[in-house]
Amino acid sequence: MDDIRILQASGLDALIEELRSRGFRVVGPTLRGDAIVTGEIRAASDLPRGKGDSQDAKTYRVRSRGDDAYFGFAAPAQSSKPVFFPAEEVVWRGHRDHDDDGHFTVERDTPDGAPIALLGVRSCDLRAVQIHDRVLAGRSHVDAHYVGRRDGAFVVAVACSDPAASCFCASMGTGPRPATTDPETGASSYDLLLTEILGEDDHHFVMEIGTDAGREVADEIGASMGHPADRDDAVAVTDAAAARQTRAIDTTIVHDVLRASAESPRWEDVASRCLACTNCTLVCPTCFCTTVQDVSDLTGDSAERHRVWDSCFSESFSYIHGGPTRESTKARYRQWITHKLSSWEDQFGMLGCVGCGRCITWCPAGIDITEEAAALGRMSGLAAPAPAT
Amino acid sequence: MSTAAAEPRIADAGDPMVPRRYAITRVRQDTRDTFTLLLDPVNGAPLTFRAGQFTMLHAFGVGEVPISISGDPAAPAPLEHTIRDVGAVTHALVNAHPGTEIGVRGPFGTSWDVDDAADGDVVFVTGGIGLAPLRPAILDVLRERDRYGKVLLLYGSRTPDDILFGNEMHRWADLNDVNVQMTVDNAPYGYTGKVGFVTELIARAGFNPRTSWAFVCGPEVMMRSAASALAGRGVPAPHIRLSMERSMKCGIGLCGHCQLRDLFICVDGPVLDYPRLEPLMSVREL
Ligand SMILES: Cc1cc2nc3c(=O)[nH]c(=O)nc-3n(C[C@H](O)[C@H](O)[C@H](O)COP(=O)(O)OP(=O)(O)OC[C@H]3O[C@@H](n4cnc5c(N)ncnc54)[C@H](O)[C@@H]3O)c2cc1C
Ligand code: SF4
Ligand code: SF4
Ligand code: FES
Repeated sequence: MDDIRILQASGLDALIEELRSRGFRVVGPTLRGDAIVTGEIRAASDLPRGKGDSQDAKTYRVRSRGDDAYFGFAAPAQSSKPVFFPAEEVVWRGHRDHDDDGHFTVERDTPDGAPIALLGVRSCDLRAVQIHDRVLAGRSHVDAHYVGRRDGAFVVAVACSDPAASCFCASMGTGPRPATTDPETGASSYDLLLTEILGEDDHHFVMEIGTDAGREVADEIGASMGHPADRDDAVAVTDAAAARQTRAIDTTIVHDVLRASAESPRWEDVASRCLACTNCTLVCPTCFCTTVQDVSDLTGDSAERHRVWDSCFSESFSYIHGGPTRESTKARYRQWITHKLSSWEDQFGMLGCVGCGRCITWCPAGIDITEEAAALGRMSGLAAPAPAT
Repeated sequence: MSTAAAEPRIADAGDPMVPRRYAITRVRQDTRDTFTLLLDPVNGAPLTFRAGQFTMLHAFGVGEVPISISGDPAAPAPLEHTIRDVGAVTHALVNAHPGTEIGVRGPFGTSWDVDDAADGDVVFVTGGIGLAPLRPAILDVLRERDRYGKVLLLYGSRTPDDILFGNEMHRWADLNDVNVQMTVDNAPYGYTGKVGFVTELIARAGFNPRTSWAFVCGPEVMMRSAASALAGRGVPAPHIRLSMERSMKCGIGLCGHCQLRDLFICVDGPVLDYPRLEPLMSVREL
């Protein structure tokens, strides 16, 4: 849809208000403590205005930018994953009849709450949502709770202007500017796409329309008509952002590199550093593994079955009677990175990494997925040797 | 992708994560630690299933585990599961009184599809509790016995006391022209049967490898050596099927626990053919 609008920075409140009046719960980036996280947005003042971030291996810091940018940071500390796929939720509730000990009833839990508008979702995280659409809602069995939350969600994406040192979305083909359509379904990736333009005495958003619903909202809040040149301005922002990224994964070979690396000596090396702390899986916007927990009251008559995030780094993850099938940290790291960068493609037709860099930022051991993939590439002989330095 | 006006959505009621209630009608002790549960649905029709499929059985307040259906696919009521008491959930299941209700989800997973073996010889190789997931496939073959060539059942158990479905195996041998060969890993003094691993039976068993199909279920180490012995005798690798065990929390491809590289064992398996499994089983801790 070649419909370009201009939204003045002062118009953000009108956008948020319009979404709220349509019944959406608006969620987006907000400052909590020392980190930018995903939370409820009631007004533009809830956004981390004037804040930027520094992210690198083992480093996350929010800093003042010295300007008024609303979206002048990279991937928030926490992605939008929990919005549609919370870390814990009730699958069903059961009750046992006291007088008649054999009987119980089961009631399915239905997610409540208003439909969601994602405001300010980054390109990498938006791609991660599309990946979850495929994984959790696009196969023979679907996660009904995910579908319930995801259906009818409204998306206002914001293109990235200030990637962190940890970011490598450009090499993954997932950002910093989102694709207009979901390559799997052909559906529009967003209802509205904003690119923030901050000039000397001008602060506005180039607003690109993705859906009819997006157009309705744009009309309602009186976003003025833009020109093709405004889209050029927006693309210039993301082109510059892409050019500043230093980390990368070579997606042309990475699938085969991991396939060929099952017995690589590199696993011993990485296992000597990895603490199996599960941080990388918890912050990753695409990791979807879960387990179930039964929570019962003291009498044992009422029980709830919860679905909770799990991690392939935990020892219990692969437990079967007799012991875990992946006992060593080496086997668990291999499972994680091989899934992300290789078997995910066999399973779902795309890679399971969107290049958000969070696993690099939040790994206490400073393990870097791009570095591990590069080392495996060299050791497998599939990538060119590292240039001598 | 979205409608302009927001509408809360109620997801559909047929959620495969929510169990159906079944009442235990009988618990039959098969060996000292293995029991067969007979189940009837509290509401609605009996569960139809294909040989090799499994369910998730939920003991209220204790937990949920994957268990293969061990009954006859042509006679789905009552629903049968044969369970070895090894831990918390299996213990609760086998010790439940008749009348107790348990939760059942499924059936899930792939089938042995013994039909593919019609006109050929059929070799079942199994050990211990592994006979239970194979029993529906054996019953499928015996129901149309004359469509198949030779039928062999090679069965191994730890000790003579652990032999599962011993009477039934004798019946199959006597009435259904099944060549049943049993072996035990350890035997008490004076035991007259064969002692040794089940895989050792493969070398001398009488079947025509080229036209044979093999269905193997047991511990992974046993399956690996059985499959390699079968292939070594000339059974075509795509004719060798194994049933894999992995950790399973959902049974529907969502929880990620059962992954073996690119496979979701709960959906792509548990029954898989040897060409797909061979490269995966040869890597430790994959
Ligand atoms: C496809 C399939 C078919 C099976 N068929 C049979 C069968 O027909 N008969 C039979 O006796 N056994 C079967 N098993 C094995 C059976 O599921 C385990 O023996 C059982 O899960 C052990 O649970 P437990 O609580 O009794 O034992 P414990 O060893 O005490 O287990 C403790 C906990 O670990 C978890 N756990 C253990 N094993 C598994 C698993 N495989 N998946 C998920 N969680 C697990 C559970 O939460 C369990 O409560 C099958 C397994 C699979 C994957
Ligand atoms: S693997 Fe790391 S960089 Fe890739 S999507 Fe997950 S957290 Fe982001
Ligand atoms: S790679 Fe890093 S973040 Fe992930 S489990 Fe290992 S130590 Fe933790
Ligand atoms: S058991 Fe959950 S994905 Fe296979």
